[in-house]
Amino acid sequence: MTSSSSPGISLKQEGISYIAGADLPALIVNVQRGGPGLGGIQPSQSDYFQATKGGGHGDYHLIVLAPASVQEMADLTIKAFDLSEKYRVPTMLLADGTMGQMMEPVELPEIAPKESEKPWAVRGTKMEREHNIINSLYLKPEILEKTNFERFERYKAIEENEAMYEEYMMDDAEICVVAFGIAARVSKNAVTAARKKGIKVGLIRPITLWPFPKEALKKAADKVKGFISVELSMGQMIEDIKLSTECKKPVELCNRTGGMIPTPEEVLASIEKLAKEAK
Amino acid sequence: MVVFEKPKALTDAPLHYCPGCTHGIIHRLVAEAIDELGVEGKTVGVAPVGCAVMAYDYFACDMVEAAHGRAPAVATGLKRAMPENIIFTYQGDGDLASIGMAETVHAATRNENITIIFVNNAIYGMTGGQMAPTSLPGQVTQTSPYGRDTAVQGFPIKVSEMLSALDGPEYIERVAVNNVKNVKNAKKAILKAFKNQVEGKGFSLIEVVSSCPTNWGMTPSKALEWVEEKMIPYYPLGVYKDKSAEKKED
Repeated sequence: MTSSSSPGISLKQEGISYIAGADLPALIVNVQRGGPGLGGIQPSQSDYFQATKGGGHGDYHLIVLAPASVQEMADLTIKAFDLSEKYRVPTMLLADGTMGQMMEPVELPEIAPKESEKPWAVRGTKMEREHNIINSLYLKPEILEKTNFERFERYKAIEENEAMYEEYMMDDAEICVVAFGIAARVSKNAVTAARKKGIKVGLIRPITLWPFPKEALKKAADKVKGFISVELSMGQMIEDIKLSTECKKPVELCNRTGGMIPTPEEVLASIEKLAKEAK
Repeated sequence: MVVFEKPKALTDAPLHYCPGCTHGIIHRLVAEAIDELGVEGKTVGVAPVGCAVMAYDYFACDMVEAAHGRAPAVATGLKRAMPENIIFTYQGDGDLASIGMAETVHAATRNENITIIFVNNAIYGMTGGQMAPTSLPGQVTQTSPYGRDTAVQGFPIKVSEMLSALDGPEYIERVAVNNVKNVKNAKKAILKAFKNQVEGKGFSLIEVVSSCPTNWGMTPSKALEWVEEKMIPYYPLGVYKDKSAEKKED
């Protein structure tokens, strides 16, 4: 396990690509701050593309988990280790500066240490087996292609089985707010306030950003009038919302960036605007 | 009576190195040290990026292929997670003294209990003979076709001298493999570098002055002469640091 904040995570990308290429389990924690460059030191979600689309070089994915509370920071850390070991895929816990610094009660669950077989590990042959090699170098293109195909079979299984999300007041919703992490906390307040004003709005909070909860979004697209992506970036997750919903309904962006956090009032204003415009 | 045999710590894979390259000798010396200490079953080697990138196919122990220059960092992780195992890296000058300088210096100053075999042939071999941090002043390479100009490209890095200025490392020696006497001495040094780790003494680095006939544009024998005439005067052989020996003298 390793952890850092945005610029440090950029430095780690070389190693992350090699870990993915060598099919090693690992947990990387990114407590995001504003960027690009040295950026700032306040909360941000602007590493979404880097985390979910690759980051380092080559054909690979990370499993990306986005906690929205201190409790989830603990719970998803456990989950991240398990997923990483199960699929031999590096996992990223994508938090932000707010998650990294807030104080909340947290219950640490009792967990029994799990033994997992690792016949590939390099702990010495003990002269009992052929040597193991941890490697991401394949000079023969047909072999490299084969290993990438094999890895993407695992990615397919992850996409089918591991997508996680939370729905809030979505049953009769006509507007769907989509947000993760701290943006989802703010959005939840805005949704509650909008409901008090009689606007039928709900929230989908992706807990896994890769795999993205495509099915939940696709289903929502059949019944809502529009989506609002609330992000602490110039709009990155919004692309996945548009892809998942195949642009069936308009997707608006409500965002702050550079370390700024949208207020519930700002999100509420976005909801009211869309409620007026959407048919 | 058996007077000569292949070390057990080498696999049967045919080496891909150029004719006259000294990597073969150095692989053998490393494998002999592992055999003599009887540690193959608990040894994990870390291969570099460069000509020796496929060393993971040649050593019979468990192996990791590191990113360019990162071998000492990978070795640090392996050793700290598995202190009972024997961990070595095998790196060239392009890997260790250029992109991997930070990893090298910090592993040395932390006195990580690992063994580093540093093969210095004053050139980037695998990529086709570019100037390395260790290329000699005036040396003609693909990227210094008029010879290394120290006014523009600076001076070669003397890794053993530089690291021995640190308080951390246990043992640093520079050896060569250009003649039988030097090979025998190199064997002794490499064996000691592994033995130090077994005894928990700390960071041991053996710089092996080596040749690259292909990229130097020389016959193998001419290249070995060049090692004697040009390389060794610039990179003097000898023990640069031996903390345990220093303690005995006190």
